[in-house]
Amino acid sequence: MKRTPIIEFDHFSFQYFSQAEPTLHDICLKIYPGEKVLIVGPSGSGKSTIGHCLNGLIPFYYTGTIEGSLKIKGQETRDLDIFQLSKMIGTVLQDSDGQFVGLTVGEDIAFAMENDCVPHSEMHERVERVAKMVGMDEWLTSSPYELSGGQKQRTSVAGVLIDDVDVLLFDEPLANLDPATGKTAIEIIDDIHKNLKRPFSSSSTRLEDVLHRDVDRIIVINDGRIIADMNAHELVSSDILIKNGIREPLYVTAMKYAGIKVTPEMKPGHIWSLDTSKVNTALQRWDRSVNIPAVVNDNQSILKSDHLSFSYDGVHPTLEDIDFDIREGEMVSIVGKNGAGKSTLSKIMCGFAKEDKGVILYQSANLKGKSIKERAEFIGVVMQNPNQMISKPLIFDEVALGLRLRGVAEEEVKERVEKALKVCGLAPFIEWPISALSYGQKKRVTIASILVLDPRILILDEPTAGQDYRHYSDIMEFLREVNKLGITIILITHDMHLMLEYTPRAIVLSEGRMVADTRASVVLTNREMIEKANLKETSLYHLAELAGIPDCTRFVQNFIDYERTTRR
Amino acid sequence: MKSKLFSYNYEDTVIHRLSGLTKLICFMLLTFAIMFSYDIRVILATLVFSVAILRVSKIKWSQISLMVLYVVIFIVINAFITFLFSPEQGVEIYGTRHLMFKMFGRYNVTQEQLFYQTTKLFKYLSVIPFGIIFLLTTNPSEFASSMNKVGVHYKAAYAFSLTLRYFPDIQRVYTDISQAQQARGLEMGAKAKMGDRFKNSLMIIIPLIFSTLERIEVVTNAMDLRGFGKAKKRSWFTVSKLKRADYVALFISLAIFAGAFAVSAFINHGRFYNPFI
Repeated sequence: MKRTPIIEFDHFSFQYFSQAEPTLHDICLKIYPGEKVLIVGPSGSGKSTIGHCLNGLIPFYYTGTIEGSLKIKGQETRDLDIFQLSKMIGTVLQDSDGQFVGLTVGEDIAFAMENDCVPHSEMHERVERVAKMVGMDEWLTSSPYELSGGQKQRTSVAGVLIDDVDVLLFDEPLANLDPATGKTAIEIIDDIHKNLKRPFSSSSTRLEDVLHRDVDRIIVINDGRIIADMNAHELVSSDILIKNGIREPLYVTAMKYAGIKVTPEMKPGHIWSLDTSKVNTALQRWDRSVNIPAVVNDNQSILKSDHLSFSYDGVHPTLEDIDFDIREGEMVSIVGKNGAGKSTLSKIMCGFAKEDKGVILYQSANLKGKSIKERAEFIGVVMQNPNQMISKPLIFDEVALGLRLRGVAEEEVKERVEKALKVCGLAPFIEWPISALSYGQKKRVTIASILVLDPRILILDEPTAGQDYRHYSDIMEFLREVNKLGITIILITHDMHLMLEYTPRAIVLSEGRMVADTRASVVLTNREMIEKANLKETSLYHLAELAGIPDCTRFVQNFIDYERTTRR
Repeated sequence: MKSKLFSYNYEDTVIHRLSGLTKLICFMLLTFAIMFSYDIRVILATLVFSVAILRVSKIKWSQISLMVLYVVIFIVINAFITFLFSPEQGVEIYGTRHLMFKMFGRYNVTQEQLFYQTTKLFKYLSVIPFGIIFLLTTNPSEFASSMNKVGVHYKAAYAFSLTLRYFPDIQRVYTDISQAQQARGLEMGAKAKMGDRFKNSLMIIIPLIFSTLERIEVVTNAMDLRGFGKAKKRSWFTVSKLKRADYVALFISLAIFAGAFAVSAFINHGRFYNPFI
């Protein structure tokens, strides 16, 4: 089939003005009309740069040197401006909240038309048509605060579809969504692709989730070069993913544990296309062979919630009747969809909000009436975005801040800061400015700045959000080390991998109520709980089903236990 | 998650139905009128009027309590400082001196000072409801389109509406940062010393600025990618034409504005109403 590519990179290189090295090297890539292409790579690999080159943010907003050629619809992009490009390439940014410029859904969809001076009446008619396409026609007058993450993303999609673009570019479409919403997002993209368009999406951390629906090709980028360009089945069977710091799907890992060689013939690119008929016995045998005793924590209770209730307005309960008992040295995740009350629960623990009913007990002592500062002596909280915590230019000062506020003598401050930085692997950077650090390192600085205060409990809000697999593993392995020091860790998350691999226990909230407090393997294989918490079934469960394993939950637990004991 | 300080929320009232432009002009006229006049009778009359409008626009106490609290704190500090720096201001203005009681040094309470400060207090108090009404009942995008219609460049107009669009976000981030810093031992309450308090507030403001800058980059990109700023003009999705109610509102505000000036010019022969002579 001879077609003209819609996008054509030819020996294309790009170097940002602020960088010493080119970010993209000698990229040659053709994308044809109607294709659905996925670009993956670890952070810093250059995949976002490719996106920026396509939509014109490079060189319009981010300047640098371009070599080689990039043609879109046969036109050289350097001869076009960002506005002309925006008529051909529609970009949906990863932060659908930031992309939402309008005050209402209707206005946001109309934004591009307003800029084109489209007359008022025509605008309303077109907005209604496009809103219907993405299923947002009932929400035209809603403000962004009334919408769920998925609805915001639908609005963003409508906002670019209004221009009849030739290519849709999704930048990390799943980054901020919970698993169930992420699944729906992939379905929306797929439906739009089937019905009218040619999406072209890019993603890094959640390859398995993106592969929930079909893609034509996957392009792997690392260090600014194209490493691979192949279909999902070939890619998943190869070792390219692991070598380039991209997480392979869990079911593939499980098959490898069972000693199975994954081949393209098994169609392993998607869990729904996977054919395990030849390897079922191997999987079953492995499942029976794993026999690792469960770890039981029978330490004393460190944090207990007893019939806890809370409401912001006194009418609608945000939390109702929450009961749990966390033991010293545990690592627990609190999961649930946005608005389920996870953050509120952590706020109550820290004293940012006061419970209406019930009590929170720390080592069996009631916390009622204890101020934020008093609680901070034993509960430390780390925010999701490190930039929201860092207020000093130097690493040392940032970590020392809490101690200095407490009036600790400077000698002791020095000693404790050094120790905390050592634990966090930041000792070599002690005199560095924070601005020289990567995002992941900044995250460590914020953790160090809390650890230095010697808390017994550490609460972290989405510690790995937006991180690629390597940074994700780094942060989580580090937290595991912290946990081994005896510090109890509570994670607020909707990352299912994190929950499965790192927290033996999960507390599930749904609409302010606690619907489960059990093992992660049970939560992620129970349909009712999955629905309530906006999670999705782990692919391990489907694998077990495919392989005819009788107890799927047990299989998932075996996987977790096996992984825990084999991990270095 | 609704914002606590202020955010536009739609109710179907006469005030909400007025165009954004009308509300802006009325707000400016009334504020000028009150700021100009030091006649407590005029000020009290406007206060009654402004509270009445506040009721008409169905604004709930819970929406504004925090903002009112801040303003009250400001007014009290202002009154205190006024007295501290010029305890004889009232005497100077009204030209008489009725001593009520002595405190210490030059700090003597006179009827004139009390009257002057009371007038000033009510002045501020009667402006606040107008500000609240304007902020809470104006749809920011409609406001932008109205401003653009009377000749303000659309980029400036849009910048204003964006401020209102993202304000609640920034506010939420502020609360989060402040709580996280308090958990590290930051003292925000009255316990901290003045100098410390300034240093401490930097610990919240610096992260706030950095995270806001991050945000601005995203928003700028999103707008560029959808062609903001490419043409000299731009059309608006939300426009409301001036209706009869708008003209009526403008007329009333203009009347109050003229009335306040007339009272000063013809009755008081100056900005101050003087009951002491």
